[in-house]
Amino acid sequence: MRELHSVVCVKVVPKPEEIRVDPETRLLLRQGVRSEINPPDMNALEMALALKDRYGGWVTVLSMGPSFFEPDLRVGLAMGADRVILLSDRAFAGADTLATTYTLARGIRRMGDVHLILCGEESSDGATGQVPPGLAEWLGIGQLTLLTALDVDMSRKTARGRREFKGGYEVLEVPLPCVVSVKTAANEPRFMDYQRKAWAFEEARVSVWTAADLDADPELIGFSGSPTTVSGLAEAPTRARKREFLRGTPEEVARVLAIILKENR
Amino acid sequence: MVASLYGIDEANQTIWVYLEHEEGRLAGVSLELLARGRQMADQAGWELAGLLPGHEVAHLSPAAFAQGADRVWLLEHPLLEHFTVEAYTQAAYQAILKGKPSILLCGATPNGRDLTGRLAVRLRSGLNADCTGLRLNQQTGVLVSEVSGFGGGILALIEAPRHRPQMATVRPGVFSAGEADPRRKGELVRLGVELDECLVHTRLIERLSGPGVDLTGTAVLVAGGRGVDGDFELLRELADLLGGEVGATRPPVDEGHVKRERQIGQTGVVCSPEIAICCGISGAFHFVVGIEKAGTVIAINSDPEAAIFDYADYCIVGDVHQIVPALVAALKQEGQAVPAL
Repeated sequence: MRELHSVVCVKVVPKPEEIRVDPETRLLLRQGVRSEINPPDMNALEMALALKDRYGGWVTVLSMGPSFFEPDLRVGLAMGADRVILLSDRAFAGADTLATTYTLARGIRRMGDVHLILCGEESSDGATGQVPPGLAEWLGIGQLTLLTALDVDMSRKTARGRREFKGGYEVLEVPLPCVVSVKTAANEPRFMDYQRKAWAFEEARVSVWTAADLDADPELIGFSGSPTTVSGLAEAPTRARKREFLRGTPEEVARVLAIILKENR
Repeated sequence: MVASLYGIDEANQTIWVYLEHEEGRLAGVSLELLARGRQMADQAGWELAGLLPGHEVAHLSPAAFAQGADRVWLLEHPLLEHFTVEAYTQAAYQAILKGKPSILLCGATPNGRDLTGRLAVRLRSGLNADCTGLRLNQQTGVLVSEVSGFGGGILALIEAPRHRPQMATVRPGVFSAGEADPRRKGELVRLGVELDECLVHTRLIERLSGPGVDLTGTAVLVAGGRGVDGDFELLRELADLLGGEVGATRPPVDEGHVKRERQIGQTGVVCSPEIAICCGISGAFHFVVGIEKAGTVIAINSDPEAAIFDYADYCIVGDVHQIVPALVAALKQEGQAVPAL
């Protein structure tokens, strides 16, 4: 039996609280904005590392984007991942979900033996949550989404996951390999291991794979592989609220509130 | 450029709404999408249809007609009795290639996301997920979807002008279902589905479903954050008096004080109560998205600089543990709770 090989797909995103829109050009102002691994993807990474703790095997961090994402991805190595592969090529630029999932799927194909592909629930910048099922479709394999717990059985070659929903839960099983998406906050991502830091940030080599390495169909990557286009961008209008401050003792405030509650229903 | 399996010229002027159902009822979000779809179809002079996969589910079609559907495409097969992404995707895929809709709308529910994510790839078409607004350009037939990113701080308008069907998912509670008209009639059309058992790899091992709560429909929301210090009993009493429900930001949910189904905000529930009372909540954008559609927002926080006050109509700088009990007492003293609607 070969060892469990998990691939965790992560996205490097600008920190949401630092992003602004230029009111003139309506473009995202990314300058000076720090980046990070998309927080929900950290839950996926933690789930993969926990399986590695339990069963051994190895974990690959896979991402797509420009080469300056590299330092952010090395955090994954310091947490316990074994290698990072960055899919990076100008031809990948402008990819929407369709092109992104195609490109990631090509990268996974190239790796050969993969048992589990883990993703976060959604990204903080796009929040579409459509990458996991799209990936599964390109790869022609099963999917378990929004999991709060996951276990694998390497002898039976199955993955079993728990999915919680309104008022209950379900436990589902699919054959390996499969795609898994992890519910945000399903676990507590571990801190970086200080003993791994020197290796992770200085010694480890990040493999960069280009479109040619992936033997990718040029029609299916980047802009040309993306049906959707952004036709406008704006800072969300915040609904104008009264912002009226009520002052007084708790009892006085409560009396006013009781009236307000009555009037607004 | 990647081409969808059928193009603009082959697409019919019809909007399809995927009809999700559970325990013999259409999902609220499907009704909401029918209501919004009806408005767009009327403006453009298009048809509105429902796509209904399942096993012995024809009886659900009148509810779709009552909500505005001109037609319901019925996909019945024993393998569709329970949702599996493999069978449902294949069934919907076959129907879409037969009916060639210009637009396909679906609820951004767990199953809806699983389904549309796969369908978009199989059809090589564009998918806009988690839309907060939908508009149909009558001249061009292009669906313009509004989506929010970065915790709701930024809005983007997204189109897939050259691909069909134009797909979009919308979360429950974003649109409101119109008044149902039970006298409204439509056409029920049965479509053949070819499914093979070997297609389905997902196995259901165990399932437990209870009543659960649906915060999207509550008229009064009493939400608590870190500042409540885990004392949600206090908020529950207030919510009960007002005939409402308790919700929370993420930290109390993570700490186990409140069930995750009650988490409000971007990764939780987006609700539109008449009144939202925010207790000890700082007002991070992730949370605020969930109460943006509330009629009146009341915020109680001990920090006068808390961001939540920017999103509130009535702001109280004070300790939740003093204000809420005083409010409960005042409501009780009135001799009656605010009458339920």
